[in-house]
Amino acid sequence: MEPLSLAFRERAARALHDPVLATAMQRLERGWQAARARAAADLPEFEALRDAAVAIKDHVLANLDLYLEEFERRFTAAGGVIHWARDAAEARAIILDICRRAKARTVTKSKSMVAEEIGLNAYLEAQGLRVIETDLGEYIIQLAGDVPSHLVGPAVHMTRERIAELFAKAHGGPPKQDSAALVAEARQVLRQRYLEADVGITGANFLIAETGSIVTVTNEGNAELTQGLPKVHIALTGIEKIVPTVAEAFVFLRLLARSATGQEFSAYTTFLTGPKREDERDGPQEMHLVLLDNGRSRMLGGPFREMLRCIRCGACMNHCPVYLAAGGHAYGWVYVGPMGSVLTPHFVGIDKSWPLPNASTFCGRCEEVCPVRIPLPKLMRLWREEAHKRGLAPPAARVGLTLWAFFARRPALYRLATRLAMAALGALGRRRGRFSRLPFASGWTVSREFPAPQGPTFTAQWRAARGAKG
Amino acid sequence: MSEARRAILARIRAQLARPPSAEEAARHDVAARLARTAPVLIPARAQLEGEARIALFCEKARTLGCAIERLPDLGALSGAVLAALRRHNLPLELVRAADPLLDAAALEAEPLLSVRIGVPEESDAVGLTVALAGVAETGTIMLASSRARPTLLAFLPETSLVVLPCAWIKGSYEEAWAMLRALPGWPPRSVNLVTGPSRTGDIPPSIELGAHGPKRLILFLIDRIG
Amino acid sequence: MADSPRVALFVTCLVDLFRPSVGWAAVALLEAAGCRVEVPEPQVCCGQPAFNSGDRRTTEDLARQLIPALEPFDYVVAPSGSCAGMLRRHFPELFEGDPAWSARARAVAAKSFELVSFLVEVRGMRVPPGRFSGRVTYHDSCSGLRELGIKDQPRRLLRAMSGLELIEMEGCEVCCGFGGTFCVKYPEISTKMVDDKAARAEASGAELLLAGDLGCLMNIAGRLARRGSNMQVRHVAEVLAGRLDAPPIAQSRG
Repeated sequence: MEPLSLAFRERAARALHDPVLATAMQRLERGWQAARARAAADLPEFEALRDAAVAIKDHVLANLDLYLEEFERRFTAAGGVIHWARDAAEARAIILDICRRAKARTVTKSKSMVAEEIGLNAYLEAQGLRVIETDLGEYIIQLAGDVPSHLVGPAVHMTRERIAELFAKAHGGPPKQDSAALVAEARQVLRQRYLEADVGITGANFLIAETGSIVTVTNEGNAELTQGLPKVHIALTGIEKIVPTVAEAFVFLRLLARSATGQEFSAYTTFLTGPKREDERDGPQEMHLVLLDNGRSRMLGGPFREMLRCIRCGACMNHCPVYLAAGGHAYGWVYVGPMGSVLTPHFVGIDKSWPLPNASTFCGRCEEVCPVRIPLPKLMRLWREEAHKRGLAPPAARVGLTLWAFFARRPALYRLATRLAMAALGALGRRRGRFSRLPFASGWTVSREFPAPQGPTFTAQWRAARGAKG
Repeated sequence: MSEARRAILARIRAQLARPPSAEEAARHDVAARLARTAPVLIPARAQLEGEARIALFCEKARTLGCAIERLPDLGALSGAVLAALRRHNLPLELVRAADPLLDAAALEAEPLLSVRIGVPEESDAVGLTVALAGVAETGTIMLASSRARPTLLAFLPETSLVVLPCAWIKGSYEEAWAMLRALPGWPPRSVNLVTGPSRTGDIPPSIELGAHGPKRLILFLIDRIG
Repeated sequence: MADSPRVALFVTCLVDLFRPSVGWAAVALLEAAGCRVEVPEPQVCCGQPAFNSGDRRTTEDLARQLIPALEPFDYVVAPSGSCAGMLRRHFPELFEGDPAWSARARAVAAKSFELVSFLVEVRGMRVPPGRFSGRVTYHDSCSGLRELGIKDQPRRLLRAMSGLELIEMEGCEVCCGFGGTFCVKYPEISTKMVDDKAARAEASGAELLLAGDLGCLMNIAGRLARRGSNMQVRHVAEVLAGRLDAPPIAQSRG
């Protein structure tokens, strides 16, 4: 997917006039934010679990090579086939190859952000495969030819009416009126697809080194049907998803749903260890795992290592006032909200995404709710430093900053200049106490009055009243 | 693709820059960690015993939309299943696991009920299987695949019936997992932690049940087995 | 020092330029709390605009300019959670591993405080000197709340003022959309955020909105005024000190 992140401001500005999006974002704010707060409050050990999760992830990341080897050994012993992919192209080629060898025509998929990251659907479709998303949100997005706008609820920006139209067009018949009927219709249609599929592709929320298992988490049960019905199951995930033991996986599982949707536990958490056993009557005959690097290993050595703790819960975006105003599509690539503002520059380059790490007031709510305590504002600031070094900020901002820095580095000159400027502005603004229009401040005055200064600066008043000290 | 494997592991090692002198200790550390199965942190709420634990399990599961029937013994199962199917206006036929507990329940002796043993088909409306544990903490049941218990029994049919002996209800996921670990063939191919019926919030404004997995989850808790 | 510590007032650039009355209120509060207040020079800016714009060099230069001026004092106090957060949290981070400046930055950080939390936690103030009667609501500025844990301290002092009724608005912890340069980099999003804030403030039924950061206050006051609202906006220090002679932010006398 070609990143559109450079147009963040324009896309966000358009989104602000979209009443449908506003309603959807209000649902997130009033629904998921409140639910997460309740879930966290209902579990007194929640903060201790967050600390434990951070410690586990940090330990794994510091020993990632060793854990990957241990995982591989057990996964392979259980009968799984592991495929390492350095980048998106390699991962796509591996998956296509498995599909070809399985003589696949139809592929079902449960939700995988890594699949979005590597642009899997478009690629497989271009190679003549029929790809069906089974997560209801992803299915809706697929019908609309749209892209996800949220990690957990990809179709969160859609209305029921729009979904009804899409379904009517794709499935025939008149548009259904209520959600229950729409869900039933999708269930019926997708049932057939599951049964037709030759290959099922899922993501993996966790990889467990102790047992060589992969863990999937869903509410719909689509991952189980996606991997359980076709002959071949392919799981696709990033190399950072390892946890050492099952016991440690439960630390994350207690945090994941609570942070994401405020549920105590998602409806389906499934641990898979290898393909169908000889004596079993169901399960896939082949189980493949595509382990993707795609730049993740590069993050290990530097200040962005903490980002690899991310478990993709979406809490940062559910609580981000900028995301809640702009919506996910404004971000212009796969990962959105604060986590997306940190990740996207890694994947597409800061030159194609510098507006994203700038799209934050640094209010800190994302870090406050992140279950693995990723210092998202700090990481966004690091990207701003990189953007600054490369001169990527818009010219007006650069000129402003340079001018300000010139005076700020020269205190005596600064005092003089500000004293004169404030005296003048203060006199001009005295009658109303504010300005409705000011040159060089149109970004402010377009929607806000600009408060007039009182006149003499504090430092000048202090000098006059108490004399210069210190 | 072993070239990619080598390259990725080499990149990781280059980034971690672990000194050769620390290699041995790191390997030891990882091995020790993998051998440790003790729980990291079990919430206080999961540390209940006896009836209080069963009560929490039931409360949590009901909140999620499960129906729960408590039965004195397996002998009461066929009658309870029949009643449940009638209550929901369902056909009086089901496909079930070849689990010894269900064999002992003698469902086949119930003349009104048509029972098949095996893997469910698309046309099966009702599946019946046995859970290996319950988790009171969140009203979760733990299913594990085997020859006798196909995973699909709890996923394909629209109505999922699950038998769970009360004695197998544990406080936490960790305790439930410990039960599983003691069984032959561990780890099973597929372990499903199921917490309520299938649900989706993808079509606003409401949460709807039965997105892909079962729309109805009916639990039969058995006080005494064997 | 225990009875009469020497306190450097770091007045912050916004207060210095736009609203010196907040500086005087801070002086009055600190003196009421038994402090000897000085305003050391040179003090221009904590460097946050540069820091948040990714201009690390300017940030460090400004910090090196400021740190020596603050070193001689027992405490450094700023009437802003955002600037105090810069001194307390980010100065040490800025010079991490720098042999010449790391220890100095940490020492200044350790004695730097936001005004209200300093009054309550360090000076043990229970009842502020000011008088006020009316209904007020309090906006939690982000840096103060999340970097410094300022939540209860201003409310405790406000509740101790007889005649003052504190009404919480919905979403008092949600960002107002100021964000330093954010408000001019992304004016459309910033406007939406401050408009939501203004609407919630109005809906609270309070007559006066208070906060501890002038940036947020100018933003909220500017939007309220544009909406034609009658709601008044002031820095919390003005009310705590009882210094209400200056007109509310973005309003004129009379």
